Amino acid sequence: MLSYFLRRVAIAIPTILLISIFVFALQKLLPGDPLLVLAGEERDPEVLEFLREKYRLNDPIPVQYITWVGNALQGDLGTSFRTNQPVTELIGQKLPVTIQLAVMSLIFAVLIGIPAGILSAYKKGTLTDYIANIVALSGLSIPNFWLGIMLILLVSVKWQLLPASGYVPLSEDFWLSIKTMLMPAFVLGTALAATLMRHTRSAMLGVLTSDYVRTARAKGLSERKVVLKHAFRNALTPIVTLTALLFGELIAGAVLTEQIFTIPGFGKLVVDAVFNRDYAVVQGIVLVTAVGFIIMNLLADMAYFLLNPRLRSA
Amino acid sequence: MKPILEAQGLKKHFQTGGGLFAKKGSVRAVDGVSLSITSGETFAIVGESGCGKSTLARLLARLLDPTAGDVIFDGKAVTQARGHALSDLRRDVQFIFQDPFSSLNPRMSVGRLVAEPLEVHAPDLSKQDRRAKVSELLKQVGLQPEHADRYPHEFSGGQRQRIGIARALASGPRLIIGDEPVSALDVSVQAQVVNLLSDLGRDLGLTLILIAHDLAVIRHMSDRVAVMYLGKIVEQGTTDALFDTPRHPYTRALLDAIPDPDDRNRTDRARIEGEMPSPSAPPSGCAFHTRCLFVTDLCRSTAPMPEETPDGHMTACHHWQDIGVTAGRNPPPKRSPATEARLALYRKATEGAKITPVAHHPDREET
Repeated sequence: MLSYFLRRVAIAIPTILLISIFVFALQKLLPGDPLLVLAGEERDPEVLEFLREKYRLNDPIPVQYITWVGNALQGDLGTSFRTNQPVTELIGQKLPVTIQLAVMSLIFAVLIGIPAGILSAYKKGTLTDYIANIVALSGLSIPNFWLGIMLILLVSVKWQLLPASGYVPLSEDFWLSIKTMLMPAFVLGTALAATLMRHTRSAMLGVLTSDYVRTARAKGLSERKVVLKHAFRNALTPIVTLTALLFGELIAGAVLTEQIFTIPGFGKLVVDAVFNRDYAVVQGIVLVTAVGFIIMNLLADMAYFLLNPRLRSA
Repeated sequence: MKPILEAQGLKKHFQTGGGLFAKKGSVRAVDGVSLSITSGETFAIVGESGCGKSTLARLLARLLDPTAGDVIFDGKAVTQARGHALSDLRRDVQFIFQDPFSSLNPRMSVGRLVAEPLEVHAPDLSKQDRRAKVSELLKQVGLQPEHADRYPHEFSGGQRQRIGIARALASGPRLIIGDEPVSALDVSVQAQVVNLLSDLGRDLGLTLILIAHDLAVIRHMSDRVAVMYLGKIVEQGTTDALFDTPRHPYTRALLDAIPDPDDRNRTDRARIEGEMPSPSAPPSGCAFHTRCLFVTDLCRSTAPMPEETPDGHMTACHHWQDIGVTAGRNPPPKRSPATEARLALYRKATEGAKITPVAHHPDREET
């Protein structure tokens, strides 16, 4: 188990390095000089030169990269050109917000998507299956922003059940925080639930017709046990992968939902940084997101390992 | 002896097509089978692939619901059994599957696979007792008790089939149905598993129903045999009677298809030509008439009913009396001298004698 885990981590390291090079190089290739934003209207050559020295932009690019990586390893991702705040601090402020949103959406997605997928596979070709599929297709087709606006209109404005927007940190008021996040999480979760439902359904369809499920029936197990214990556990692999990937996607893809519900999250930070050519922030964000993806994948690998005895002996 | 399992007019028709473009049809996998299996015997069902023998096995175990007809276990009709009645049937009638690779859940340890029927059918058993029972079952099928903690992929095909047998024995069944239990195994392993099955059957007083296409295996271990063709049983009787005096032309052809190492040059084998007709469009009258050597107009129009022969078996053929026991063994066709010479050459070659070339006859005939 430990050696498997260490091997997976070892494989992740070069991946992260490659990503860092890519992020750094891409940003250097972008047109536009970030210092022009900083230097103000006059663009005094002396000021520009001073700033170049300050941000060490006169160094050769490889040296700049190594400096950046060296600092990053020490937990310093540079400072924002705009606000002069350290990038780590910015990310540290915004990331928990988005993680809360992502976790809550994922809970919605899993609670809706997986049971619906199992049910529609088990009842394949029946009315239940068709209804589940139609609902899933609607979930995929309805744009997040529309669903969000409709929900705000109904739930918050008309029925006054939940707050329409904003964000309350968990540490401040736990229940209010959950309540505020409920609608955005639902909006974000529905599309994922649909994806998850379709994948669960197809994985279950494959497993339900397998020989060992027939064996389980021949043993005299109840249908519940046959479906959940024998079939579902074997269908889990693709579902776990998908869930891990969806989580990564949620972190980066919550932009629209965060805008609608005015949540001061990661997505908003990304958009602002890109528009302002705040390169240090963009770099930091892309790096953190990439590492997040890799960690989620690692966790998925760990989950396979626990779910699949065939891997354990390998 | 009281029958333990009976089938009465069992039918299973599978719907095919019925989609947007495909014409609706039905495959008559099992088409009116009646059987009576005596407690304690080993009953074999044979036939070509596609004759419906696996479907029949699944119907008998209630793994499939019949289209028509009844399955009677221990005097009670179980065709409609649900809930508790079905659970009881699952305890009493167990199934060994053909493919030992795909029929074991890869995510479960052997111990759990074997223990699961105990959890369902003997829920009062304590955890220790259950483990002890699993160890005992594993020993019974020739595995080690410590194998309980391993997973199916760590075993060979033969071992996996033993796991399947241990699993089937776990609930304490009275009847075990084996759907070609050895056909997926290596020949060397087949014999071991066959012997294990027949030993267990004898020691535990089990009734066995074996589906097979390997006639040698059947002759070795069964008391009675039924021969299936296109969803129907064409002949059934005791193994000895059936093998010694086959009455139905199909049985005869099947038996003659067994390679006989001592009788290399026999040419009077009753061969069957052609393919088995599709069970979605079975021939009129006797289903075998398209391939039968003795076919008459009667066979083409009317399906024969099973009749009892003097040897005590049932056969469904209009002409079994006319055909007789030896009829159909046509005298060997006359061979041309060239063929004789060549055959002699083959014989010598296979006996290890030195081969001397034979001059070619320009006018030689081929047979």
